[in-house]
Amino acid sequence: MDLETLLSYPWRIMLPEFTILGVATLISILDLFMKEKVERKVLAWIALGGIGLALVFLLFNTGQPVQEILYETYRLDGFANAFKFIFLVGAALIFLTSLDYVNKKDVPYEGEFYYLILTAVLGAMIVASSADMITLFVGLELLSISSYILVAVRKHNLAANESAMKYVISGGIATAVTLFGLSYIYGLTGTTNLFEIQERLAAAALDGYLPVIYFAFFVTFVGMAFKLSVVPFHMWAPDVYQGAPTPVTAFLSVVSKAAGFALVLRFFLVTMAGVIDVEQSRQAGMYMMALGNVELMIALVAAASMIIGNTMALRQTNVKRLFAYSSIAQAGYILVPFAVGAHLLYQTGPHLVIGPALFYLAAYLLMNLGAFAVIQLVIKETGTEDIRGFAGLYKRAPFKAVAMTIFLASLAGIPFTAGFIGKYYILMGAVGAGLVWLAAVMLVTTVISYYYYFGVVSQMYMREPGERAPLKTPAGIGAVLVVCIAGTILLGILPNLALDLLETHFNLVEIFLPARG
Amino acid sequence: MIENMITWLVFSPLLGILLLLFVHRENERLIKAIGIVATLIPLALSLMLLRFFDFNQEGYQLTHTVPWIQFTLPGTGQALEINYELGADGMSMAFLVLTTVISTLAAVASLYIKQRLKAYFILFFLLMTGMLGVFASMNLFLFFIFFELTIIPMFFLIGIWGYVERERAAYHFLLYNGIGSAVMLVAFVTMFMNLGTLHIPTLTEWLAQPFVPQGLAAGLFLALLFAFGVKLPVFPLHSWMLKVHVQAPPAIVMIHSGVLLKLGAYGLIRLNMGMLPAQMEQFAYLIALLGVVNILYGAVLAFRQRDLKLVLAYSSVSHMGIVLLGMGAMNYSGLQGAIFQSVSHGLISALLFFLIAAIYERTNTSMIPELGGLAKNMPVICGALLAAGLANLGLPGMSGFISEFLAFLGIFNTYPALAAVGVLGIILTAVYVLRAVLLTTFGPAKEQWAGLKDVRGFEYVPITVLLGLIILIGAYPSVLGETIHLSVETIVHGLLARIGG
Repeated sequence: MDLETLLSYPWRIMLPEFTILGVATLISILDLFMKEKVERKVLAWIALGGIGLALVFLLFNTGQPVQEILYETYRLDGFANAFKFIFLVGAALIFLTSLDYVNKKDVPYEGEFYYLILTAVLGAMIVASSADMITLFVGLELLSISSYILVAVRKHNLAANESAMKYVISGGIATAVTLFGLSYIYGLTGTTNLFEIQERLAAAALDGYLPVIYFAFFVTFVGMAFKLSVVPFHMWAPDVYQGAPTPVTAFLSVVSKAAGFALVLRFFLVTMAGVIDVEQSRQAGMYMMALGNVELMIALVAAASMIIGNTMALRQTNVKRLFAYSSIAQAGYILVPFAVGAHLLYQTGPHLVIGPALFYLAAYLLMNLGAFAVIQLVIKETGTEDIRGFAGLYKRAPFKAVAMTIFLASLAGIPFTAGFIGKYYILMGAVGAGLVWLAAVMLVTTVISYYYYFGVVSQMYMREPGERAPLKTPAGIGAVLVVCIAGTILLGILPNLALDLLETHFNLVEIFLPARG
Repeated sequence: MIENMITWLVFSPLLGILLLLFVHRENERLIKAIGIVATLIPLALSLMLLRFFDFNQEGYQLTHTVPWIQFTLPGTGQALEINYELGADGMSMAFLVLTTVISTLAAVASLYIKQRLKAYFILFFLLMTGMLGVFASMNLFLFFIFFELTIIPMFFLIGIWGYVERERAAYHFLLYNGIGSAVMLVAFVTMFMNLGTLHIPTLTEWLAQPFVPQGLAAGLFLALLFAFGVKLPVFPLHSWMLKVHVQAPPAIVMIHSGVLLKLGAYGLIRLNMGMLPAQMEQFAYLIALLGVVNILYGAVLAFRQRDLKLVLAYSSVSHMGIVLLGMGAMNYSGLQGAIFQSVSHGLISALLFFLIAAIYERTNTSMIPELGGLAKNMPVICGALLAAGLANLGLPGMSGFISEFLAFLGIFNTYPALAAVGVLGIILTAVYVLRAVLLTTFGPAKEQWAGLKDVRGFEYVPITVLLGLIILIGAYPSVLGETIHLSVETIVHGLLARIGG
């Protein structure tokens, strides 16, 4: 690769990434030269500014034709842009909540907290834009390693240390499993480029390698399930969510999870599309059974996540653990379109998979980050992570209680909220594809989830508070709450604001279009 | 104004919320005043709507349609639309007026509420919007949204302002109704995915076509039967409703028993009967049978209760059975009876629960053995209780009689054997109503009830209005009959077209 080739690339498509990288570097240097005693709040503001700038560059990138650089390993398309929006907006909201959270006593290396979130976001962005297994893996690891340190950032907190340890070990295993699966795919195809894999896997399928392909698929999926925190790799979530600093928990449950979905969708939709086509062209019963198995496997994972997440949440008294199980369940809902998609992919293209998943992710971002903002405030104020900390919140802080009610209602899928429309959209897909049993599991577990979501609600309204003093809202959290409430309700009443945007500005079918030629 | 008046009606309770937001929560007098006055707006609007309503026109009128959500259908890439569509036909109109009347009276009854008045009335108005929305929806998506909207405020209203076991009752309510709604949602989404629309009149037309697979239609029918069966409630899905009747605050029980249970009846008539007549014919016997079970089960258990509230709760179970029985008759008078019974029971049970609340307010108990001899000190309330009880057992000249008469007239034509068994319910009703009323009001007056005051100013309002309406419908049934005549005829016509008679 000579200089001329390098300069010929349209580097501006990576401007959002460069901005984040630049700001992260800048903050780390500033952190190095700042005096020990000085407050690092200013770094958070610089980081926020950087995210804002990256969002602006991202805006310029949307609607552009598909472009690839670095030997087709890194690509710009509607899919990547949509996910990057989710990551950046999520990160910005998390920065706003962490302004109030981070202090010297708890987090000795305050500066690190800020730039590690940026590097994690950078990793997520790389994942979303990858067209190559290597880039995908590099992005994933950048995200993971940043997250491991973020969980441990409360250096003197025993629980935090323990949960970080668990996170690193189980994360390491998941990485190994993923790599194991990827190695099979490389062995079958001899390439790391996703689009070449697509062609060669199809050829391999024709040659009778289907069982191996499914094995590779199965192992890779199981490994990637870790980031989604779906069954079977969900055990880490409750412990890690509980031990991590609350903004980091919010980050893990929203941004990191969205990155996991970007990874799974990008990788499997692109690589497996050819294989599924091949199978459709064959009417042989055995192959159809195999296809059924892929679909069935994802559907089972989705169903198991919904059932385990929602039923285990019933028994939780720690609010962060409760939300860990809730997020396992929510990931199960988002997997439903993917199970549907494997079935319908060859007919209609991927927007039917990605559309509902993306809409729900956006809704989930708003409602979950909003909920975590309130949780953070309540934990800080009451000093307990027990659900009883919410007792009588309505009397102490009516605005926050109402906000929390809206977020919980949205998570539970009550009408007039984004969560309801998201679920409805997913449900339409499931019923349309004939997966009525999966739709039924989704609805029944949703009703089960009423119990624990409304458990928090009844604490807020139906119990007496331990203390009567009103709660103060720091400006950052106030801003987050306003944004999240507005978004949750707006998307619930006028969902076409987002649906149209998705359709007109983010061409999701592009995920299949190689830019070569 | 006229074209979107129905929207105004449905969302007018929100005006009350808007007003309340500017009132300090300590200012209880003003909050109470707003709480009552603001319910008069929807009441006035519904009566105005009644004036503009053309009773000689079939189908929905006063419609208001706005494009709303467009989905790209997962699967075929086809664009699907959900519009915001409100409208009313005769049956909707009857229920809309019932809702506004009962809501106003329940707002008056809310004067018994002592704490957190502002939040109470905000939730009250939300609940009202939900109820009105259900009856005015021409679209199943909206129907579902409004249906759900009634559940959330009810959860709070029961859980915060109820009696001792309020939270348990609130959870029972939430989970049972949540499951009902979930099943309903599956049915709606299935319709949407198969037929591409959720517009009720279009669905009514299409679902009756022969190209609809029988299995699908039967599945839809049973799903809807379950969903509305929970709401109605049909035995054995009724246990949540007993808890709500006992634990919820009186004004909310008036609404619950008077209107919310009717959401189930309305759904069954509009969707099960109206949209799936062929399946209705298949399952008619089952529904009539469920009706008889409800009637007898409710009546027998009502007789065994020691708590007045539970007597009435079981009485509601029993009376909702008559709605099922009327539907199962599959003919004009049966269906008319079912709707009459829905409206009439709404009025009667609202009145009964108000009276019990008035008694509870004074005595702090609703246990029959502890009461007794109340008539000495509270002649007016006890007189009203007796009158309401007589209406409940179906005394001629009152609304209960005409409802039961029509329903049984219908069922005797179709299933005489079931009808004969069901009629026993009327006798049992007379027994338990009279037992409960007489034990409470007559007999030797107990010492501790000596100083009780009789009816107070504001209490006259619900008592006179409700009694008036009950007698009006009983003495002059065409008031209601003409309103719903064409709706009933349309539905029965659909049924007969299927049966070929």
